[in-house]
Amino acid sequence: MRGPRVTDTTLRDGSHAMKHQFTREQVRQIVQALDAASVPVIEVTHGDGLAGSSIQYGFSGTPEMELIETARLEASRAKIAVLLIPGIGTRQELREAAQRGVQVVRIATHCTEADISEQHFGLAKELGLETVGFLMMAHMRPPEFLAEQAALMESYGADCVYIVDSAGAMLPDDVRMRVRALKECLSVQVGFHAHNNLGLAIGNTLAAIAAGADQVDGCLPGLGAGAGNAPTELIAAVLDRLGINPGLDVFKLMDAAEYVVAPIMPYQPIPDRDAITIGYAGVYSTFLLHARHIAAEFGLDPRELLVELGRRQAVAGQEDWILDVAVDLARAEQKVACPRSGRATDRDERSSQ
Amino acid sequence: MAPQVKVAILGSGNIGTDLMYKILRDPGHLRLALMAGIDADSEGLARARALGIPTSHDGISAVLDDPEIKIVFDATSARAHVRHAPLLREAGKIAIDLTPAARGPYVVPPVNLGQHLDEPNVNLITCGGQATIPLVYAVSRVTPVRYAEIVSTVASRSAGPGTRQNIDEFTFTTARGLEALGGAEQGKAIIILNPAEPPILMRNTVYLVPAVAFDQEAVIASVEKMVADVQRYVPGYRLKSPPVFDRRSTPWGERVVIAMLLEIRGAGDFLPPYAGNLDIMTAAARQVGELFAQHLLGIREEAVA
Repeated sequence: MRGPRVTDTTLRDGSHAMKHQFTREQVRQIVQALDAASVPVIEVTHGDGLAGSSIQYGFSGTPEMELIETARLEASRAKIAVLLIPGIGTRQELREAAQRGVQVVRIATHCTEADISEQHFGLAKELGLETVGFLMMAHMRPPEFLAEQAALMESYGADCVYIVDSAGAMLPDDVRMRVRALKECLSVQVGFHAHNNLGLAIGNTLAAIAAGADQVDGCLPGLGAGAGNAPTELIAAVLDRLGINPGLDVFKLMDAAEYVVAPIMPYQPIPDRDAITIGYAGVYSTFLLHARHIAAEFGLDPRELLVELGRRQAVAGQEDWILDVAVDLARAEQKVACPRSGRATDRDERSSQ
Repeated sequence: MAPQVKVAILGSGNIGTDLMYKILRDPGHLRLALMAGIDADSEGLARARALGIPTSHDGISAVLDDPEIKIVFDATSARAHVRHAPLLREAGKIAIDLTPAARGPYVVPPVNLGQHLDEPNVNLITCGGQATIPLVYAVSRVTPVRYAEIVSTVASRSAGPGTRQNIDEFTFTTARGLEALGGAEQGKAIIILNPAEPPILMRNTVYLVPAVAFDQEAVIASVEKMVADVQRYVPGYRLKSPPVFDRRSTPWGERVVIAMLLEIRGAGDFLPPYAGNLDIMTAAARQVGELFAQHLLGIREEAVA
């Protein structure tokens, strides 16, 4: 085994937990710390990628292009990456990010929709950027299917394709089979992005590396959507113990997690009951805070919303479906709860016995 | 029988074929005189022949050869329409453009159809635009709208290769339509493809940030009226609930945001009912064609079916 390239996405996936309120100063400090610890790639974007600033996902406190530029100026060795989700971001924002000095673009689609990314890979290559394809919600399709989608991204110009466990729903065997399928089918690199909703982010990252993953993602100290991602400082420590540390400074990353990121986090993402439900039901990790907000307004348990969203096969970016489900569930509960004066429903009769 | 105008459909793919069925089911003042494609073996042309509609697989030339054809629905591609637009114009034919080419002004039937009846070419924006612009307009006609954001979620199966290869154009064009026709100061559009089985109905969410304090009852009444207007040509157009008023933080401070959850069930003329995104395009095209036909025939103010 050899050490994978580690991309830190505190400043992108962590943006969800921060409700997209990272400031220039925070970006400056975090990039400085990661760069000093020899992290080779740092992703900086709104949590939902370029142009994600919206009512649907939450508005950015500081325009992302300013944060990207700040990161670029601060990094001496690390490359700066951005996320682009076709359907949300467009080639227009990609051009602007490239003008601000971005070197890597990670282009993400739902794991069945790789063919909407062709024009974006095309432009990225024209601009001379390194390209990574992201197959999101990859737990929803089997390994062979994902390999076909990954091959499409490779044909469009991806230098690496990731299996993305957006829901934190995979078990180590799920990861191993998917990474292996891509390794067998592609001639470019393969990556893996974990979420910790079932407490398996580090375990799954190790399973991916054992299966041949060339790139993995982390966040200091796991600051990301849902229960967060694999903590970058933990990835470094574990790779070091495995004897495959790709050059990361373990102590500096621990310090960065503890003294730079932890003090500004609104909370430490952990697999609490709502986050576990996300992994269990297989829904997009970023639904966490939105589901809590809407559940509170409608007097519902967020877990009811999340399980129903999983049943309806919601995909990445469908935060507006949370409101749909809340409206439907609230209406259904009224139907059961209201007719007390008339004929009691079965549920009322049972509960009164 | 009502007087009729000869029309042609250019493009024998899914959209052109669905439009053919819509016109045949409810012709109004339209007489479908030609279905033109470029593939002699296409299913659309075969279906047209079986129904006794004259066909051609020679592209636009058969359309240009018949001087009696006054209205042409172009359901080909943006690139093809860029080529077709000047030819149709020179031939004195009105073009109703279902592609994103946008050679002529944008049209959404219940918003501005009457204003462009003397134009040689009108454009139907995008499916997301046809779906959501009426709701944005319904609000902006009672209170100014600072910002309009729409999220269109369509079944993967209903998104053809044209949409997939040009997804950015959906975003740009729809956002421009929210501003130009919807009346929003600033527009933003997001599109999501969902592969769930069975396929989901087309879903749109419209979020609006009004510019000033507003009367919620007036908004609800205007939206209800607009939904009824759209339902006259798209029967499967419905809001899942009355508008939701939710306090959110926005770049303009903490504001009451209006959220509307819209679902569209297609009529199932040719395309399956889940493809409400395609149905609203063909329904709008037929509606626009009908009004142009009435205008050409000198019929005024007739109730549009």
